[in-house]
Amino acid sequence: MSVIKVEELKLIYGAGTPFQKTAIDGVSFEIEQGEFLGIIGHTGSGKSTLVQLLNGLLRPTEGKICLNGKDIWEKPKKIREVRFKVGMVFQYPEYQLFEETVYKDIAFGPKNMGLSDEEIDERVRKAASFTGLGDEYLQRSPFDLSGGEKRRAAIAGVVSMDPDVLILDEPTAGLDPLGRDALLSQIKTYHDVRKNTVILVSHSMEDIARITDRILVMNKGRKVMLDTAANVFSRGEELEKIGLRVPQITKIMMLLRQKGIPVDTSVLTVEQGFNEILSLARSSV
Amino acid sequence: MSGFISVRNVYFKYDENENGAEQGFALNGVDLEIKKGEFAAVVGHNGSGKSTLAKHFNSIYLPTTGDVIVDGMNTKDDDSLFDIRKKVGLVLQNPDNQIVAGIVEEDVAFGCENLGVPPKEIRKRVDEALKAVDMYEYRRHSPDKLSGGQKQRIAIAGILAMEPECIVLDEPTAMLDPRGREEVIDAVTKLNKERGMTVILITHYMEEAVLADRVIMIDSGKVFLDGTPREVFSKVELLKQHRLDVPQAAELNYKLRSCGLDLPECVLDENECAEALMKLLGSR
Ligand SMILES: Nc1ncnc2c1ncn2[C@@H]1O[C@H](COP(=O)(O)OP(=O)(O)OP(=O)(O)O)[C@@H](O)[C@H]1O
Ligand SMILES: Nc1ncnc2c1ncn2[C@@H]1O[C@H](COP(=O)(O)OP(=O)(O)OP(=O)(O)O)[C@@H](O)[C@H]1O
Ligand SMILES: [Mg+2]
Ligand SMILES: [Mg+2]
Repeated sequence: MSVIKVEELKLIYGAGTPFQKTAIDGVSFEIEQGEFLGIIGHTGSGKSTLVQLLNGLLRPTEGKICLNGKDIWEKPKKIREVRFKVGMVFQYPEYQLFEETVYKDIAFGPKNMGLSDEEIDERVRKAASFTGLGDEYLQRSPFDLSGGEKRRAAIAGVVSMDPDVLILDEPTAGLDPLGRDALLSQIKTYHDVRKNTVILVSHSMEDIARITDRILVMNKGRKVMLDTAANVFSRGEELEKIGLRVPQITKIMMLLRQKGIPVDTSVLTVEQGFNEILSLARSSV
Repeated sequence: MSGFISVRNVYFKYDENENGAEQGFALNGVDLEIKKGEFAAVVGHNGSGKSTLAKHFNSIYLPTTGDVIVDGMNTKDDDSLFDIRKKVGLVLQNPDNQIVAGIVEEDVAFGCENLGVPPKEIRKRVDEALKAVDMYEYRRHSPDKLSGGQKQRIAIAGILAMEPECIVLDEPTAMLDPRGREEVIDAVTKLNKERGMTVILITHYMEEAVLADRVIMIDSGKVFLDGTPREVFSKVELLKQHRLDVPQAAELNYKLRSCGLDLPECVLDENECAEALMKLLGSR
């Protein structure tokens, strides 16, 4: 069964005012339980608006969102429960840090869920190490951390609630390359072990290509593609027209193909590209 | 060419926080010369000290020990503060924090007003700065209704209007889509090539660092590597050991070369990579 089903979704900001803006325009799709979905699109295409609709932070102007078959707005008073089930790491989550120590910040969610002190402590330490923050950070003030360190603390604050659907809006922006790779593989491991659903919004085509099962492509508030990573990135020209690109490794394969070298252009990772070229080089000796 | 910015044996320690947690030095003996007209990229792991260093370039922070000299002026000298800020403009790590006015052109004028530039001159500079970043047609828009990439260019225009000799950009592309990133990088490259402006670009995107004349890698508050992109990005293993990476093109080339294929020591982008592979595969 699909965990999330969206029908004819529409969201208008400032409806009826002169600044009215249709941010989401007639979008429908389904996400399967356990799926790893990527969302890409130019800045302002509606990605953040869409994911905020999915966890009930914004109420649709039109259309319906079902979580496990139930309309999330059927009983508006119960929308808080949706937010525990669909956990969201916001874009610029560092602005959500507010406690005096990193520890207290990460503990905030589990505390609100009414867990015991031991359980909270365990979750805080697990979530912190999951995001690569060692124990020495826990008693520091979140405001004295570097940009990337703040990001990790904010992600740990949502992971500590262990939601069924985990949404991450640009989680790796501002992280150093190793931190980015580590976080992505930790998210992947978390997904594999927990078998939960993960939705990742990102401007890094390389990251999205490497980690997701399917990709939703947004353009000006509309869904323009929803397909496997290989299929989406085979449509390079269409992507370029809407401000996106294919991963550099895919681009290299495409350039070689244009020059008549018979390489597979559906390559999405450096590893795949390496194997492809190596076997070609060795077979042609 | 003489150093435009000289960083001499700089150590810097933040004040202890309220919890009294002991912290080491954020800068740990930095020595660095930036030449006039140079386009330098600064890379390094999170918390390595890049932003802290950037804030030393226009005396937002002063060294705990050591000196920073900007065009002959010591940043510790109170009387030079105004002149240093005029010479070195800093675009901070987060553009949203920097938007102050309700209309784009007012926002861009803000820094100039603080420098006491006469109104007529401000008018001229704001128009020029907006044209330089291709945002002139948006001059009457409200900044908070712009996309991330456009906001970022507005923040850059605000600094440009102050007509600094050097612009320091702290991760200006972190939240941009691929085209937006290219637009920002194209804009600063143009300023460097056409106006000879000194550019210091802090970034976690190695594909961007490749476009600079020089790559400076900071590690644990020190300069760890300093060279041309080709020199720096040929050290794949070393970079990885220090939490960094190389563009996918460079990585592919490196891996294939390690298997004994006849490839150059380093390629920097997809075109160079495809070209090298063509030579290898096409000749067979
Ligand atoms: N609170 C708001 N009021 C009015 N318009 C808004 C509001 N929030 C977003 N918008 C507009 O809605 C559109 C979609 O914004 P959204 O933040 O969802 O885009 P995004 O795809 O997440 O972009 P980015 O990649 O820059 O984060 C944009 O045009 C934006 O300017
Ligand atoms: N205001 C502050 N007070 C105390 N310590 C700080 C403060 N700002 C940064 N630090 C510490 O100084 C060190 C260097 O931080 P800095 O912000 O310069 O790193 P950075 O290289 O810019 O990192 P990033 O890539 O994450 O932006 C880090 O260990 C950080 O925790
Ligand atoms: Mg967004
Ligand atoms: Mg920084």
